[in-house]
Amino acid sequence: MSKQYETVIGLEVHVELATRTKIFCGCSTAFGGAPNTHTCPVCTGMPGSLPVLNKQVVEYAAAVGLATNCTITQYCKFDRKNYFYPDNPQNYQISQLYLPICRNGHVEIDVDGRKKNVRIHEIHMEEDAGKLVHDPSTGNSLVDFNRSGVPLIEIVSEPDMRSAEEVIAYLEKLRMIIQYLGASDCKLQEGSMRADVNLSVREVGAEEFGTRTEMKNLNSFSAIARAIEGEMERQIDLIEDGKKVVQETRRWDDDKEYSYPMRSKEDAQDYRYFPEPDLTPIVISDEWLDEIRSRQPEFRDEKQARYKEQFGLPEYDINIITEDKTLTDLFESCIELGAAAKEVSNWIMGDIMRLLKEKEMEASDIHFSPANLVKMIQMIESGAINRKVAKKVFEAIFDEDVDPEVYVEENGLKTVNDEGALRKVIEEIVANNPKSVEDYKAGKKKAMGFFVGQTMRAMKGKADPAMVNQILKEMLD
Amino acid sequence: MGLMDYTAVELGKKIKAGEVSVLEAANAAMDAIDALEDKFNCYVTVQERAAVQAKAEELQKKIDDGTLTGPLAGVPVAVKDNMCTKGTRTTCSSKILENFEPAYTAEAVLNLEKAGALIIGKTNMDEFAMGSTTETSHYGVTKNPWNAEHVPGGSSGGSAAAVAAGECSYALGSDTGGSIRQPASYCGIVGMKPTYGTVSRYGLIAYGSSLDQIGPMAKDVTDCATILETIASHDPKDSTSVKREDYDFTSALTDDVKGMRIGIPRDYMGEGLDEEVKAAVLDAAKKLEEKGAIVEEFDLSLVQYAIPAYYVIASAEASSNLARFDGVKYGYRTESYEGLHNMYKKTRSEGFGPEVKRRIMLGSFVLSSGYYDAYYLKALRTKALIKQAFDKAFAKYDVILGPAAPTTAPKLGESLSDPIKMYLGDIYTISVNLAGLPGISVPGSLDSKGLPIGIQFIGDCFKEKNIIRAAYAFEQSREFTNWSLSGKEEK
Repeated sequence: MSKQYETVIGLEVHVELATRTKIFCGCSTAFGGAPNTHTCPVCTGMPGSLPVLNKQVVEYAAAVGLATNCTITQYCKFDRKNYFYPDNPQNYQISQLYLPICRNGHVEIDVDGRKKNVRIHEIHMEEDAGKLVHDPSTGNSLVDFNRSGVPLIEIVSEPDMRSAEEVIAYLEKLRMIIQYLGASDCKLQEGSMRADVNLSVREVGAEEFGTRTEMKNLNSFSAIARAIEGEMERQIDLIEDGKKVVQETRRWDDDKEYSYPMRSKEDAQDYRYFPEPDLTPIVISDEWLDEIRSRQPEFRDEKQARYKEQFGLPEYDINIITEDKTLTDLFESCIELGAAAKEVSNWIMGDIMRLLKEKEMEASDIHFSPANLVKMIQMIESGAINRKVAKKVFEAIFDEDVDPEVYVEENGLKTVNDEGALRKVIEEIVANNPKSVEDYKAGKKKAMGFFVGQTMRAMKGKADPAMVNQILKEMLD
Repeated sequence: MGLMDYTAVELGKKIKAGEVSVLEAANAAMDAIDALEDKFNCYVTVQERAAVQAKAEELQKKIDDGTLTGPLAGVPVAVKDNMCTKGTRTTCSSKILENFEPAYTAEAVLNLEKAGALIIGKTNMDEFAMGSTTETSHYGVTKNPWNAEHVPGGSSGGSAAAVAAGECSYALGSDTGGSIRQPASYCGIVGMKPTYGTVSRYGLIAYGSSLDQIGPMAKDVTDCATILETIASHDPKDSTSVKREDYDFTSALTDDVKGMRIGIPRDYMGEGLDEEVKAAVLDAAKKLEEKGAIVEEFDLSLVQYAIPAYYVIASAEASSNLARFDGVKYGYRTESYEGLHNMYKKTRSEGFGPEVKRRIMLGSFVLSSGYYDAYYLKALRTKALIKQAFDKAFAKYDVILGPAAPTTAPKLGESLSDPIKMYLGDIYTISVNLAGLPGISVPGSLDSKGLPIGIQFIGDCFKEKNIIRAAYAFEQSREFTNWSLSGKEEK
């Protein structure tokens, strides 16, 4: 490759909003459920049914807009996007084209210490489609409308990103903001956050953009990174070979690490957008906007500063805790319940991070109640359990959200601080290991560890370590 | 005089007074249907007599025990076949919905049911309300009871003819560009299109969503006001539904137009208007003047742009509204097909009639990229200008008076051969929909062929009471009063 190329990337990010009910009807948005059980005449496109806008959708969309420095369109409208597909019960999608709710925003990203603004062209509200299920036994395709009408926002960036790292940083930033707002859980695997990548390449220094392609079916951050690398190489190869990049939509196959053309610009559909006549324009008054603004949460930057100031935690800990809304919420709930910040932070940094990794879970999958963690910390402090036992108790909390008191009781894990009983066990161990006693007396301090270990084993880990040490010293010295 | 000669309110009073039972009323309606349906074909679906009788008994009990006290309790009504009725097929007079049974009932119909109405059937219409003659129905042509060689008008032609023929006491219609008022005019009955947003559209199978409005079709103005009072409501399920303070439409039934300012648009009285219709309008003006109204002519302007603007907007919305009829979820699906797109294509080609296809194509065209600004956006601007022209007029007048249609009912088959001519027939009704206004058509007199002529009163938004007052006063002053067809010689 003789020439230097630059990759130009813009993103269209779809986010499912965490409203309890759908965007235009009262049906549940709950994920899963038997097919077509969360449906009604509206979200199945029955003749004569009419949409009624869920106000919460507007509030979430505006909140995301405010958090991404957008101008809120205080008089906005819905439009119909017309296309035929069986997962789309009306054969049109209610979306926004002409007056989207948010425009002209930006977020700041940080890649290896380099800060950069990615501009947001617009954010609009729309409804999700149903799901097609292929039935291999009959060869028929079936439609499940449970997802039909689940509210989405689409966040359209300007073509401001230049590398996969910037794209990931941008997506992580968006995800964090949206999770902090509680507007979505933003799970790529479950499809509650989806990104389409628009990518073109050009020679470094060129003024004009190259011809772009749009890549779909990207289900994880790593798949996005691989797709960007793959598409960039494909386009550069074409240009180097003197061929042209075709403007088209491509589908990324992450197993084969290759993308396939879905449709070209020539057969791009004419969506025949026009204003949705069944919905009246949305007027967001100054008062309403102020109300939404006043409910904005403390975002990551503000939290980081406060944690440092208020709790004196190390920057590293703060970064990890604030990186995910679930962890932040967990941390703050524990503090509120009376636990010490450093202690909670240690559990997050240590056992929680370890378990997440071991179990290949996302932080947002954590489901235990902060109260149980706090109760366990208090049991350590009161000496009811020792730290070693606590690790075991915590795993049970993490997995099954057990009440630590009940769990410790049922499993007989309570620390033994009955001095008489302990003394008896230690006497026996000392008597049975004359060689180690000699070693200890000869100055081999390691032998002490041997005796502690033996004692703990005999006590099944439940002995109070301080007491064990004290008794051993008395006997040996 | 038979039971079906009474107005809905008269029959309701007799039922309430115990002079007539609901069962007798039901049987009278079913007898009339049995006797006349072969001739006029007003209905797509008639309820089973036994089911109607059972319902009649049920209503009678509720009337007797005082649960139902409204003026329409027990009175037989017909509903246009584009309003969803749970458990009763709703076809929009289209093949594509020939076996479609809705899972829910339209809000306006529910309101009728709450008032104790006895629903006896679903009336014929132009397919998906597209047409002005009720000749585009998949279920046969409806004929004008005044002269069966003529059309009843459309698209609510089945409802209009059923009321005129006495096959029901009153009916619901829907009006997108004149579909209540024009057939009312052709069939010698009263038909009213309320202000957009007054009656819920929930469950009305949409044609042109921004223009569609359900309204009453009945024997006189009193019935219309009473029915409107029953069906109008603020419905949270319809975002375009309006919460009003003045649902007491019957309070405007006073024979008093003293000082009422009435304007006649010169634009409505010129070229294209049949001389006999013109004379009837001027006669109505004279009658109202004699009662103390102040009548003058004025220039409304922009009238010639209403039809093109309407056909662009209504067709655009229809092209999208009718997209859901695709053979996937309900209704007709073609018998054999290869793959999804072929299924769509064959289902829709076979399921829709030519007028519907014409409007879907027209609507798709005006929305397509590159034409949107030139057609759709321009039509929307025209719509806004037309509204302004009316606003200006209503600053001066309480009511606008004019014809409902340029002529009386044409002969069967005359209109479809020349769709443009048929479209032009909507000239006096269409702008009312574009501006969202209320309008009412009241029979004025008969022409030399013995066909009814309708007089239209148009009011400002939410001023139904003005037009009810004017229409009622005019109704009381008419010279020709025998609008009942029962027992009349066949033409």
